[in-house]
Amino acid sequence: MVEVKVPQMGLVVLVGVSGSGKSTFAARHFAPTQVISSDYCRGLVSDDENDQSATPEAFDLLHHIVGVRLRRGLLTVVDATNVQWDARKKLIELARSHDVLADAIVLDVPADVAVARNAVRPDRDFGPRVVTRQSKDLRRSLGRISKDGFRRVHVLRGDEIDEAVVTYEKAWSDRTELTGPFDVIGDVHGCRSELETLLRALGWEVSAAGAVHPEGRTAVFVGDLVDRGPDTPGVLRLVMGMVAAGTALCVSGNHEQKLVRALAGRKVRVAHGLKESLEQLAAEPEEFRREAAAFMEGLISHYRLDGGRLVVAHAGLKEAYHGRASGRVRAFALYGDTTGETDEYGLPVRYPWAEDYRGRATVVYGHTPVREAEWVNNTICLDTGVVFGGRLTALRYPERELVSVPAERVWYESVRPIGGAAATSGRDAGGLRIGDVAGTRFVETRFGGRIKVREENAAAALEIMSRFAVDPRWLVYLPPTMAPPETSTLDGFLEHPAEAFGEFAEAGVTRVVCEEKHMGSRAIAVLARTPEAAAKRFGITDGSAGVVYTRTGRPFFDGARMGELVDRLREEARPLWDELVSDWVVLDCELLPWSAKAEELIRGQYASVGAAARTALPDAVAALSAAAERGLDVGDLLERARRRLDNAARFRDAYARYCWPVSGLDGVRLAPFQILACEGRATAALEPHSWHLELLSRLTPDPVAPGSGAPSGDPAEASRLFAPTRHVYVSLDSERERADAVEWWTALTEAGGEGMVVKPVDVATGRVQPGIKVRGREYLRIIYGPDYTESLDVLRRRFLGRKRSLALREHALGLEALTRLAEGEPLWRVHEPVFAVLALESEPVDPRL
Amino acid sequence: MLLTISTVSSAASRPATDLGFLLHKHPGRVQEFGQSFGTARVFYPEATERRCTAALLLDVDPVRLARSRGKSTPDFSLGQYVNDRPYAASSLLAVALADVFRTARTGRCAARPELAAAPMPLEIRLPALPCRGGAALARRLFEPLGWEVEAEAVPLDEGFPEWGDSRYVRLALRGEVRLADALNQLYVLLPVLDDAKHYWLAGDEVDKLVRAGAGWLAAHPEKGLITRRYLGRRRALERTAFARLAELGDDVEEALEPPVEEDLTPEPPPGDEPPGTSGGDPAVPDLAPEAATGTSAEAGAGEAEPARVPLNVLRRDAVVAAVEELGARTVIDLGCGSGQLLEALLARPRFTRVTGTDVSTHALAIAARKLKLDRMPDAKRARLELFQGALTYADPRFSGYDAAVLMEVVEHVDPPRLAALERVVFGTARPAHVVVTTPNSEYNVRYDFLGEGRGGGRAMRHPDHRFEWTRAEFAAWASGVAGRYGYRVVFRPVGDDDPEVGPPTQMAVFSVAGERSEGDG
Repeated sequence: MVEVKVPQMGLVVLVGVSGSGKSTFAARHFAPTQVISSDYCRGLVSDDENDQSATPEAFDLLHHIVGVRLRRGLLTVVDATNVQWDARKKLIELARSHDVLADAIVLDVPADVAVARNAVRPDRDFGPRVVTRQSKDLRRSLGRISKDGFRRVHVLRGDEIDEAVVTYEKAWSDRTELTGPFDVIGDVHGCRSELETLLRALGWEVSAAGAVHPEGRTAVFVGDLVDRGPDTPGVLRLVMGMVAAGTALCVSGNHEQKLVRALAGRKVRVAHGLKESLEQLAAEPEEFRREAAAFMEGLISHYRLDGGRLVVAHAGLKEAYHGRASGRVRAFALYGDTTGETDEYGLPVRYPWAEDYRGRATVVYGHTPVREAEWVNNTICLDTGVVFGGRLTALRYPERELVSVPAERVWYESVRPIGGAAATSGRDAGGLRIGDVAGTRFVETRFGGRIKVREENAAAALEIMSRFAVDPRWLVYLPPTMAPPETSTLDGFLEHPAEAFGEFAEAGVTRVVCEEKHMGSRAIAVLARTPEAAAKRFGITDGSAGVVYTRTGRPFFDGARMGELVDRLREEARPLWDELVSDWVVLDCELLPWSAKAEELIRGQYASVGAAARTALPDAVAALSAAAERGLDVGDLLERARRRLDNAARFRDAYARYCWPVSGLDGVRLAPFQILACEGRATAALEPHSWHLELLSRLTPDPVAPGSGAPSGDPAEASRLFAPTRHVYVSLDSERERADAVEWWTALTEAGGEGMVVKPVDVATGRVQPGIKVRGREYLRIIYGPDYTESLDVLRRRFLGRKRSLALREHALGLEALTRLAEGEPLWRVHEPVFAVLALESEPVDPRL
Repeated sequence: MLLTISTVSSAASRPATDLGFLLHKHPGRVQEFGQSFGTARVFYPEATERRCTAALLLDVDPVRLARSRGKSTPDFSLGQYVNDRPYAASSLLAVALADVFRTARTGRCAARPELAAAPMPLEIRLPALPCRGGAALARRLFEPLGWEVEAEAVPLDEGFPEWGDSRYVRLALRGEVRLADALNQLYVLLPVLDDAKHYWLAGDEVDKLVRAGAGWLAAHPEKGLITRRYLGRRRALERTAFARLAELGDDVEEALEPPVEEDLTPEPPPGDEPPGTSGGDPAVPDLAPEAATGTSAEAGAGEAEPARVPLNVLRRDAVVAAVEELGARTVIDLGCGSGQLLEALLARPRFTRVTGTDVSTHALAIAARKLKLDRMPDAKRARLELFQGALTYADPRFSGYDAAVLMEVVEHVDPPRLAALERVVFGTARPAHVVVTTPNSEYNVRYDFLGEGRGGGRAMRHPDHRFEWTRAEFAAWASGVAGRYGYRVVFRPVGDDDPEVGPPTQMAVFSVAGERSEGDG
């Protein structure tokens, strides 16, 4: 038996003359989708697998397919003769361009055997001449194929071909089976004492030649153990001992790389602390020097750990390189993203890879000293410059906790001041990329699966978002749409609480809360306790401490008035800080009055319709009355015109109720009804509505009688911005409680209220609607027109399916954004679902629902 | 929804009730006429020998109206249900009038031929006439036709006097006019006064206008305005997704429309001189000049001297000259709008690659149409690229150009978002040169048409402008950007450089520090 070991991820190139049995071999050892054959590609582009005139295009296609597969990290086998050097060269280049290894498997079959096999195949009508020529090419190749650039060349002859067994080799970087927990340690640079202090602080038991953690943690060193510091040999001894004992992993740093070359007698420039290492190592026994050199020589450039969720590389690694192997992957991992290229103007091309990083794996690295270890798009640099008098820092994973110890002294002077090279770029609004939002997208959510955003909806959202929305760092949430209940069949009603209660009861919900639906404009208030807290949490450094924005993300007021609004809300929100143990909070609210934001719309549409109706209808009534007096048969018409005149008056009252004059902030109210998120917690996804309402009630005086929400005469209340949200709880199995709630809704809406929102008290899951709005009869005139009560039967034919599905999807996206925010995910990750909500809102759904 | 036509008579030989013969509707009956959007009825509230009044009552069912529009026009707008059509004397009333009084409009009347052919005393009342341009426009349109006009503005809401007047007037017309002419005038002028954005257009509207205008339109002093408005403002494309978002945010869609010019000029009616060539529409005070005629707003100031080159042309030429001097061969126009600059760049073969990007798909569609993208020869087409992009999102497609142009763009960005734009353009895309133009707010005192802005101070040149900078403010911003991103910057005036307040447009030309351009010699 011959074992053929091929890379688990990479390219396998079969080499052999026509008739050597490549396809048979491939079919036996690999999955059909893994094998890309030139014959198959020729067939695809010409309908004839043997049409040699199609060969160039067949190979274009083959290379394309192979490229796509390699980019996606799939093992790929090329089934073509590959007996010529340039055919193989192209494939090797393809593998290199995707940073994967390539193996060759040569099936060395005598030409006469191949000719005989071809002879019995009717589709291979070419003569033996072709095989003879291929065989000659192969013979020539065999001598030097090992120099082609394959990782390994497996040559199989005779029985070996049938007996071969293919096995797979993992990449060296693949330690995905290790799940930690890990303590990832930043650049040590010969600071042995600080390293020991740090390890002890992390709970390790340290000896001179090793360390173990009683809880079985594994240390991972990001490289640059050596140079500059006082005890490079001591650090090496300790880390080598840990690695040998299996309690640590270590990747290579650029300093190890250079030190190895120096120790091997290669000519290197002795700078950047190399001198110190060479002197210290010169004092060590020859054997230790040899072991240390071998250790450093053997370090690989990066590790993938914990199922691929954690990647450690000295200078970081972009996602396309995770788990890959090539010279440039190694160079990136050791030196960072200096490509060595220059642009057309002679300037070096540098990519801020961490700012562009969009991968799911956490990348931990060192290399560039920074003052503070900070997360940038799920990557973190742990080099806090201990050798320059900074700190030695470790990241506990998966806890994502930073532990650091200070340098005992400045061991080495830095040539340039330690900067905030990483700075706060990850939170920079300029760090968002078009690829984060544009085009057809699928957003993964933990509460609603994968949600699709269509390209044209994203395009509309892009325009609104970039022309009108607040800074994306503030824009942490957009509210979802909400569906009404199934249409009521009660005389005179389009919507009624009974259907909402019925639906929830059927879904197994036992307790709901009915919240007064304020008629204003939906508002999201993001409030920080101080401008410093805003800078820390949201990266906003212009001194502002909050924002209040609309359901399309627009600021409610311009600069100064917004500042005043936020300041007063922060003052009134004071009870929340201690209660929530948070320096910031995101509130879901309604801003009153409606006219504060919508005055132009009200004037242009609602008031205009009212004015036209109330001007035209009296004349119509007069004309019809006169005709009736003449004895014409217009009785029905007259009665209808009078009814419509009455409807017009009701319509006017319906919108006018939600309008009152606002001067500055006088007259503005904000009614919160949910605490969306605070430090570390997406409370919207975690807490029942009873918790939210109870906590928020501390911000507002006791609610009095139902009304429109307009300011009352009480001056103490009038000066207050926060307004209460009245609510009642209903146990759905109690007929009496249901009836009481219907009565409550009736009173509310008859007094001019918009209606109510019915929500399951506990966090809704699955396909249960998070809330159902039940709007009042008079309010619906604003939605369906003044005379809608005349055509109820037509209007009852309305279709809720899309609206309900949209409500669920947007709700899931909203919770996703809040959860990502609470978990400290990077800006682009929070922005993605927020943007998706706006995009979905541009879907053409009946806007009256 | 209500129109009354009255006539009086003092001669018993010619009773007022003869109106019934002329209208072909019997004064003793109530007649119904089905319309696609509702029901029209004709009845007579009074019918005596001395005075006779015919009423046309149109009952529009908004639900039916919305649902009858079919699948091709998605029922996405709230406005279709909460709509003034059931009450106002709109184009729907005009359509019903044309249908119900079809024969009367021809002036034929077998029973009273001499009456139909002659002017007669008429009084026409429209209680709620939508009138864009107010009572004054109603007078301007009806008085030349021999009517005595009584037009009274209807307040928007008596509970909110601060909201002012509505767009409706209560109209009464009195005069000696031939009935057929009166009906045809109403048929044409109701939709003209209404000037509704979503006015429906059929293919034969031009013919209809020519027929209904026979005998009176040709001599009307407002012929241009009437023709232009009658033929309607064709919307280039429906933007349902955008409109949805506008509505969702309680915003008026028009207020959110991007500052791009649309080609609204309709085909001229046959046998008539082209309408609307006289320039702006003075009856439309609510349209800022720039919104009405694209970026030529500032040019409006030069109207006193018509020979002057409009500012938008000066600006475009200045930008083209600047990028030429810089030696740029590849140029990206960030915020290309309707593609005015792209067109000029494409006309010069030295620019081998010309790219336009805008956040508004609407603007891009207009640009594509104006540039005749679908008919462009391959060689020219290969030099041009158009795509949607936003200046607050880093975009790899912005990179790789010799020069980027931000022509009248920065002032449309909220100040807190400028830092993101700076980073995307100067930090990430990082072209060798960036040309920025923006209004000089000091010059605004030279524009008489700019009144007071909201909250005092002078108004800005376009409602979408988030700010307008003085020369000092612009210089401070530009120098700051240059310093932060390693560019050097020089400033140039565009347009007449007023000794006191500077030029109307200011330009900054940024070049990567250490970069030499052809212009440096």
